[in-house]
Amino acid sequence: MPEESKLVLVACGTAIATSTVVAVAIEEACKAAGLNVRTKQCKAAEVPIFAKEADLIVTTTPVPQDLGIPVIQGLAFLTGIGKEDVLKQIVDALKD
Amino acid sequence: MRITEFLKPEAIVLQQDAQSAEEVIRLLGTKLHDLGYVKEGFIEATLRREAEMPTGLPLAGEFHAAIPHVDIEYVHRSALALATLSHPVVFYNMVEKDQEVLASLVIMLALDQPKSQIEMLQQVSGILQNPDLIRQLMAARTPQEVLTLLDSQAAP
Repeated sequence: MPEESKLVLVACGTAIATSTVVAVAIEEACKAAGLNVRTKQCKAAEVPIFAKEADLIVTTTPVPQDLGIPVIQGLAFLTGIGKEDVLKQIVDALKD
Repeated sequence: MRITEFLKPEAIVLQQDAQSAEEVIRLLGTKLHDLGYVKEGFIEATLRREAEMPTGLPLAGEFHAAIPHVDIEYVHRSALALATLSHPVVFYNMVEKDQEVLASLVIMLALDQPKSQIEMLQQVSGILQNPDLIRQLMAARTPQEVLTLLDSQAAP
């Protein structure tokens, strides 16, 4: 039974640079984990607008935490520090 | 596409004795401007962005980094500028803006399209995740050494 794809909203300060790296890393990791995932990049200020369509937010900049969906900090995709843990958190959050 | 296509020797500054993040941003921004990659207003916009949304990144090894960048409207053509500092200067943490990051490696990103330079960005991210490479970059004495180091670590 095909699963509906999950949408991960990837936020950074100005919708370029860091969110690009993070979005691609998430897509590749989720594909490897067998998850059907799409990503959408946005600026931090746009997060409340797009949050309603998303299943998860991954961000490299502070964003509101009270939008009803999990928010995971994605700096690990830039620095490598704790990357495996963050990937696991993302996969777990999407499997729910 | 290799990172060295975006990083010209003239945009590499090594062992710089800078006193502040602002000084480094002005220095690298001036290099990119003189090379024709960025517009008037790029430096001021980058400084404003850094103040509101800092780009300091604490890394795994003994050297930390910052990746100042700004919206595409200030950029003519995608490029990078890189500085290693003889002593670290204060930037602030991207995810916690009150937290200081003592950065010794500063890579300025000029991007002319959103999402356009994924390979370049991934290679920058690859540098940040490689403490050994960073250590070698910090010891480099010439721009050519930097370019050789970066070319040799890039995926073919």
